[in-house]
Amino acid sequence: MRKISIVSQVGFVLLYIACVSMAAILAGCSKEVELATCDGTGRAMVAKNATGQALADGLMDQWKRDHPDRDWVTGEKERHELKPPADNSALLEGGQAQGHTYGQHDRRDLLVWARETEKFALEGSRIFHSSELLGSTVAVSCDMCHPHAANTHPETYPKFQTQLGRVVLLRDMINWCIEQPVRGKRLEPDDPAMRALEAYIMAQRSGTVMNYGKH
Amino acid sequence: MKKLKSIETRYMEDRSRFFHDLKNLDRRSFLKVSAAAMGAAVASGVIPSGSFQSVSVAQGNAASGGSAAFRFAYISDSHLYEKKINDRFVRSLLRAVEDVNNLDPQPDFVFYGGDLAQLGQPRELELGAQILKNVKAPMKMMVGEHDWYFDLGQKWRQMFGEPTYSWDHKGIHMVTLNSVVERDFWTRRGLTAMERMMTVAGLDNGVQSPFSVGEEQRQWLRKDLAAYADETPLIVFSHSPLYKLYKKWNFWTDDADEVQAILKRFKQVVVIHGHTHQLLTNRIGNIHFHGMLSTAWPWPYAPEGMPELTIEMNRPDPFNPNDGCGDGQVHVHADGLVDKVYNLWNRGPITVSKAYTASWGRQSVPPMPNRASY
Repeated sequence: MRKISIVSQVGFVLLYIACVSMAAILAGCSKEVELATCDGTGRAMVAKNATGQALADGLMDQWKRDHPDRDWVTGEKERHELKPPADNSALLEGGQAQGHTYGQHDRRDLLVWARETEKFALEGSRIFHSSELLGSTVAVSCDMCHPHAANTHPETYPKFQTQLGRVVLLRDMINWCIEQPVRGKRLEPDDPAMRALEAYIMAQRSGTVMNYGKH
Repeated sequence: MKKLKSIETRYMEDRSRFFHDLKNLDRRSFLKVSAAAMGAAVASGVIPSGSFQSVSVAQGNAASGGSAAFRFAYISDSHLYEKKINDRFVRSLLRAVEDVNNLDPQPDFVFYGGDLAQLGQPRELELGAQILKNVKAPMKMMVGEHDWYFDLGQKWRQMFGEPTYSWDHKGIHMVTLNSVVERDFWTRRGLTAMERMMTVAGLDNGVQSPFSVGEEQRQWLRKDLAAYADETPLIVFSHSPLYKLYKKWNFWTDDADEVQAILKRFKQVVVIHGHTHQLLTNRIGNIHFHGMLSTAWPWPYAPEGMPELTIEMNRPDPFNPNDGCGDGQVHVHADGLVDKVYNLWNRGPITVSKAYTASWGRQSVPPMPNRASY
């Protein structure tokens, strides 16, 4: 996974250099020169005579300053432990990858699946642990009652929620919590935040037997 | 001639004094407070001693194992935000203060178990102190991680003094520790004071370090206890449990083994801790451990490592914001062992008696939950 991200970052820097090199040539004669970045919004200051690696490093530093959350996945994972997604390495054994329903796939595909799935759940973790992202008006976040999503029991839904007098899904209870203790605005069922919260809660209960209707 | 007053009159006077002292709250919050107090009075059938009426009955039964030498009350883990941000936790602390003030007879003292503030803000600590001023009995304060990691205890110390201290009370030696000492994880990461506080405030945040008492306080403890004979009953207060339960939530003290070794020579040791917001009972050799309830919210039980002696409390009902929360009392017997009363709001109080821990759970078993944890 790390290899992929390094490759993409190097590619990005090369693109960056290509985009700004013309601007560098046209720049004036001060010690530093301001470069327009290829995303059309950013500006980078680099030493006028910088070339090669020095120029690339200068641009990379600026890009990092412009994207403080660039490594949010690693940060979120370090802050809030996430159960790993299922290990699919058995799919590669005995040459079965060749005739699989999904078509041909290799180790790299498995890494992409795991990384993307984990990222989806980690986005949920980020929201789960932030009263701001949840839109709480009373500074309450989910983890204040449910550390590591404990006691959320997604495997028990749908079930008849006696206090509400009807059958509910996990997302109904997420919305109940958002409206009551969190004092925020309920989410639409297909809201990206709702999808992410569901993903995180279910990921943390990995390995638990589904048991709908359990009280 | 001294004017005689009925219990009711005295109670009403105390009550009006209590609300008078709340004048500093703005009018809107004051009305909310009054409404909450009215609700509580109605719910308890307007009995002055409120929900503690049933406790005094429970005290007389066989489970308590004889008469207590004295009694103290506790309030813990209020996690106050400023009232303009969140007044629910403020109201909960007010309810606890009213509970302990309604105890008749009054407890010898009221122990505060730490985490008065949520984010260690001076205004949160000031609000907490302002509310706790209304406690009639003398207060003893302990620090929690939520009080400490914004300014590393500067404001807390200024308001409540040193967090590590001891005193003697009716033949029992009492010790309060600061068990939430964390290794410096913030300097290397370049965290601001608020970022450091937010990291520690997350129970499941893995960036922080495990809690510990630390060598400095262990030295102090050895020295403090040196003058006491092995027969002296000890009660030790710590915010985190002084044993290793579940590291990922800091239901844990990293140097618990070393601290326990210091306490080992004493015949009777009771440790009362906060942080876990639940009924929690343990015994390691001569040391009997009891948790305290939170006034703010209950925590789930740790997914692993639960002590055998713990009989879990019923799963809290999320639809009742006070369920699983509360305060309580500790009845201290002459031999130093205790009956620990968990005054769960909206439920009957539960007593974990001296007889229960002394018999390793064979006698006086507390009520089993009918709604177990998931």
